[in-house]
Amino acid sequence: MYTAEMLELIKVVEQTRERRMSESFPRINVETKNELLRGYHPDYMDGAMRPVQLGPNKGDELPHEHVDILESRSFVDPDDIDLEKIDFDVDVLVIGGGGAGTSAAIMAAEGGADVLLATKLRHGDANTMMAEGGIQAADKENDSPPIHYLDVMGGGGFQNIPELVAALVSDAPICIEWLENFGAMFTKSPDGTMTTIHGGGTSRKRMHFAHDYTGAEIMRTLRDEARNRGVKVIEFAPAVELLKDDQGQVAGAVLYNMETEKYYICRAKAVIMATGGSGRLHINESPTTNHYGATADGIIMSYRAGAKLAFLNATQFHPTGVAFPEQVVGQLVTEKVRGLGAQLVNIEGEQFIYPLETRDAVSSAIIRECRERGKGIKVPSGLGVWLDSPMIDIIHGKGTVQRELPAMFRMFDNFGIKMDETPIIIYPTLHYQNGGVLINDKAETEVPGLYIAGECSGGVHGRNRLMGNSLLDIIVFGRRAGMNAAEKVKNVKVGKLNLEHAKAYNEELEKLGINERVAPILIPDYRYKISG
Amino acid sequence: MPEQKMVNIYIMGKQYEVPAGVTIMKAMEYAGYQFIRGCGCRGGFCGACGTVYRKPGDFRLYSGLACQLQAEEGMYLSQIPFYPANRSTYDLQELTPELSTILKHYPEVTRCLGCNQCTKICPQGLNVMDYIAAAQRGDIEKAAHLSFDCIMCGLCVSRCPAEIVHYNVGILCRRLYGRHIIPKAQHLAKRVEEIKSGKFDEELNKLMSMGQEELTKLYDDRDMEQ
Repeated sequence: MYTAEMLELIKVVEQTRERRMSESFPRINVETKNELLRGYHPDYMDGAMRPVQLGPNKGDELPHEHVDILESRSFVDPDDIDLEKIDFDVDVLVIGGGGAGTSAAIMAAEGGADVLLATKLRHGDANTMMAEGGIQAADKENDSPPIHYLDVMGGGGFQNIPELVAALVSDAPICIEWLENFGAMFTKSPDGTMTTIHGGGTSRKRMHFAHDYTGAEIMRTLRDEARNRGVKVIEFAPAVELLKDDQGQVAGAVLYNMETEKYYICRAKAVIMATGGSGRLHINESPTTNHYGATADGIIMSYRAGAKLAFLNATQFHPTGVAFPEQVVGQLVTEKVRGLGAQLVNIEGEQFIYPLETRDAVSSAIIRECRERGKGIKVPSGLGVWLDSPMIDIIHGKGTVQRELPAMFRMFDNFGIKMDETPIIIYPTLHYQNGGVLINDKAETEVPGLYIAGECSGGVHGRNRLMGNSLLDIIVFGRRAGMNAAEKVKNVKVGKLNLEHAKAYNEELEKLGINERVAPILIPDYRYKISG
Repeated sequence: MPEQKMVNIYIMGKQYEVPAGVTIMKAMEYAGYQFIRGCGCRGGFCGACGTVYRKPGDFRLYSGLACQLQAEEGMYLSQIPFYPANRSTYDLQELTPELSTILKHYPEVTRCLGCNQCTKICPQGLNVMDYIAAAQRGDIEKAAHLSFDCIMCGLCVSRCPAEIVHYNVGILCRRLYGRHIIPKAQHLAKRVEEIKSGKFDEELNKLMSMGQEELTKLYDDRDMEQ
């Protein structure tokens, strides 16, 4: 499937491989990393952002694609919705059926709450399902939550909110044990010891995994458990606007049946927003690893309700998105490939960055190598560099790639590329929303009754999330949101429902002369073009 | 696409001209579809886009995932985004990892005719019939490993003359294996106890109150496990 030119270039990579195998590219310190980011990371490029003109973060510079969503009218006409007819009346409404939402629903139900989980696609269609590489937890003898804490802070540029990071690292082993108890099949030694490896920016081998289906294994296990516990789920019925009551607390949501185009009114004593990220907004015009529904729905609904955003100007580009073949450009090549020893190599067959620096640094180095130094490989979509995947079998023994990276192997094999025999070509791809709605360590926002969990939230990862801390984040804060909401609703009385906040937001947009867009957009529109 | 060669495909019988080599998912969007169902992760992990198709002059039924299959001339296709499935409810903690558990929850596994249609249609290339056979024998460990890469797309279910829901048998076996067969991680249980006893609280509090400069120095100087 490689072109003749590419096959010639592969020879260069093969020629330098034996020498490189014994070479370790030097790591960079914080200062050098900051220079690299300022020079090449897409967050810092001129013209990438503009100030948002209304709402709690008015004046903050955010990516255009986010501002477009934030400067959008409500999906519903507030005067046209009948709030007297209640279709669902529950204690806790969970919006989003990924890992965070499902963890939240399980724990809220366990806490005695009557729960409804409403989700846009199928239960489990989420970025969780696509997370390949692993989940971090400091549970080995040479490791500890404080060591994990320092890695997280360094990864996030020391901007992370300390109480959230402390919650993340302290709950991590508890969450792994929770999943183990649900029968999630982590890769283990026969005596039960977890197999753990490095991820970018980790100082200890604390990446737990389930081959390269880690997120899928966690997601399907949580979903199965939620089903066993009888958690009510409504699919293809996303929330499109939050409801408040006359006390100003969040009191449910308007749901929208995408198939019948009918609205449902859900009254709830607390709402947990777990709608995930925003890769399908194609920030920086980038292809994305994200699932179809990653359109920032929870961000705009929470923002209209008055919740503040944090770090939404920090976007994660995963260093290793597929750059070739064209059919799967932008899809994820898990960091585990580098965790198992594969190096990043330019057109001359040379390394240019330590492969397990943090993602923001590795992505910036790849962009520099291609755009400034002219040492990238030409592909139909632009440029890329080699990821020397055959090193894995040389280091760990033949068959390792097929055993440990079955999903990756299958994807490339589908296009005639054997990644255990030839290197693959990669380029940074839009992967993760580092920020989101600001929460505290109880997963609460400043808006009463509104909880946020997972990628929709902001603060825990600072400006850059480490590999394996997203699967962790969704479980930690999903559980916390569920437990805290269940406790809180015991003392909540819901008053008269209204959509005044949405109405006021629409009016402010009107004053600003902005009225061309509606959000949430729910799904991207790829009709009549080749995209996504 | 480099040279934009076009091919004709038939989506539920209707002809569309689409660029050759793009995935079926992108081809359907190019043709004008905007998915509600039948599209999830777009990366081969979620099982939302199971697709069946035939080729000109060929009696065989082929299958794949719309997000991974490439459009080819003459493909005659349909998605199967949903297929009704039987699912048993259980409390995993109460179950025992043995044959009787499988037979209690999914007695239909014994109806397997050995036709191998499930294996033939699996877009992941799994030996589906083999893991059902393992489950039938009570070899839960084997069923767990053989079914591990299952994405629960349901194509196997659509073809099974014995009306088995393979993927639900698979996840029951995997959860039984993960919970009741492979030993629990002792280091994990120990660490959880340490955290609950507050062993790390003081050290964490100290880090939480540190300024950026102090943290940066600690970070740059930290020792790395080789």
